[in-house]
Amino acid sequence: MTYLTKLSAAALSELLVSKQVSAVEATRAHLDHIAAVDTDLHAFLHVAADAALNTAAAIDARRVAGESLHPLAGVPIAIKDVLATQDMPTTAGSKILEGWVPPYDATVVARLRAAGLIPLGKTNMDEFAMGSSTEHSAYGVTRNPWDRDRIPGGSGGGSAAAVASFQAPLALGSDTGGSIRQPAAVTGSVGVKPTYGGVSRYGAIALASSLDQVGPVSRTVYDAALLHDVIGGHDPLDSTSLTDSWPSMAAAAQAGLKDGALKGVRVGVIKELSGDGFQAGVTQRFTETLALLVAAGAEITEVSAPNFEYAVAAYYLILPAEASSNLARFDSVRFGIRVNPASGSLTSEHVMSATREAGFGAEVKRRIILGTYALSAGYYDAYYGSAQKVRTLIQRDFAAAFSQVDVLVSPSAPTTAFKFGEKLADPMAMYINDVTTIPANLAGVPGMSIPIGLAPEDGLPVGLQIMAPAKADARLYTVGAAIEQLLEARWGHTMLSQAPALTPTEMFASEEGAV
Amino acid sequence: MSEITAEQVAHLAYLARIDLSPLEITDLTHDLGQIVDSIAKVSEVATADTPATSHPMPLTNVFREDVVVPSLTVEQALSGAPDRAGDKFRVPAILDEE
Repeated sequence: MTYLTKLSAAALSELLVSKQVSAVEATRAHLDHIAAVDTDLHAFLHVAADAALNTAAAIDARRVAGESLHPLAGVPIAIKDVLATQDMPTTAGSKILEGWVPPYDATVVARLRAAGLIPLGKTNMDEFAMGSSTEHSAYGVTRNPWDRDRIPGGSGGGSAAAVASFQAPLALGSDTGGSIRQPAAVTGSVGVKPTYGGVSRYGAIALASSLDQVGPVSRTVYDAALLHDVIGGHDPLDSTSLTDSWPSMAAAAQAGLKDGALKGVRVGVIKELSGDGFQAGVTQRFTETLALLVAAGAEITEVSAPNFEYAVAAYYLILPAEASSNLARFDSVRFGIRVNPASGSLTSEHVMSATREAGFGAEVKRRIILGTYALSAGYYDAYYGSAQKVRTLIQRDFAAAFSQVDVLVSPSAPTTAFKFGEKLADPMAMYINDVTTIPANLAGVPGMSIPIGLAPEDGLPVGLQIMAPAKADARLYTVGAAIEQLLEARWGHTMLSQAPALTPTEMFASEEGAV
Repeated sequence: MSEITAEQVAHLAYLARIDLSPLEITDLTHDLGQIVDSIAKVSEVATADTPATSHPMPLTNVFREDVVVPSLTVEQALSGAPDRAGDKFRVPAILDEE
């Protein structure tokens, strides 16, 4: 029997359902592993050990009593700190919300509690999800389990590192410009940005409301699908939530495991998301994966999306504009910290300005000022107005592409994980890193990242991004599961089994929690 | 196209209600100039006949029934407030007496 922490959520669920393992045992194994490795990795900002064990004990009691439970009941999960949790602090990685415990749960959190999953704690992130490296967290960086000197991606570096280092089989993330998919790519894990409106955002601290989407983080495509089924679907508390009924993503993932699942699937390779600026090993693994798809019967076509070239520019106008408005709620009145100015009168205006000076980090200030500029009189048409037009052009590019193909693919990120500090001094270098993931957010289409190997030059994970038309999330799971199965068959192992072993202390700790 | 000045950044910071130190204003003036130069390219393709998109999914007039539903209690609503007075948020003076 392998360690409980090494199991997928689906495999752990089988042991829980058949009562071979209790939810308390599963939870304790993960808590022990967190205690052993997370002082170093720092994926979690808060670990709710006692609450998790109590929740697990309650699930065990219900299961023993013969109650009919969701298959994932008793499976531990980590929650990105951008999501409101009424029993855990929720800071979005910012000092301005230090210690804030919301009086309500985000809908996705309420749904996973209702399904009996066990919240382990809250994961680290770039402050208010602004960043691609988790270096902009006010509470310190998260380390990449593959190389402790490198970034785990961002903004959801904590959730990705938590699943990649076996501290949790599942996590929740949020993706505004790639914050689920890029961390998945650089940590060798799986992440999905659902269709805009497919998953409720009620209780997700807003960054850019026309772009934000909550989604699953996991080690396997099937696990992501299981979690998507738990959190997805209409929520009357979110007015942007789609009222559609959705097919089972888990069933879609299983369909991808059947023989011939990729036969005749039309796969479009986006010309503009390749070539210059892409690391050699990333391009190599991507090209090899395309060959694998062809061998499996898929039809590969090159498609052009000429306006993707303007996506990063449009994004860094739209996002700061929306963020500058959303973050106006941090006014030192209803929640968060209050800081009085060192001098001058104590008016609301002065207190608010002093609070925001002390509470926001450098990147948040940069984007709020940029957004305020983009929206100001005299510049609005040239910047924000033009960016909204680019958004139309990018949507048209997607529509044209999807008239020819079923899914689009690209590398999930131009490079493997970069080193801490490498892009901190140059904001544009950090922003350009999101070139592959941003178009999906601008158009609202779903995207997934799955691991496709290690770059030969640095031995670090490379991700494949798969995108589908809006509302065709199920297609991602079918194609993603099929590719994952092909790759694992060729490798003879999973991607994350190749991650460097953590310290001997952690091996001992996880043995204690094993059955 | 962009010539961001320190005075402009200081004014934007005032509009955004964020106090900035002189060093932060210097840094932001530099950063903003660089960022704006890079993103100004949006106007190259944004022609007059291209409609603007504000939202990825067209949704209009999302209403609910006008009925009272359970919401936060006063204690819950005040639980995160930095200061309170009885059942209300306590705020600093609105008007400057200077």
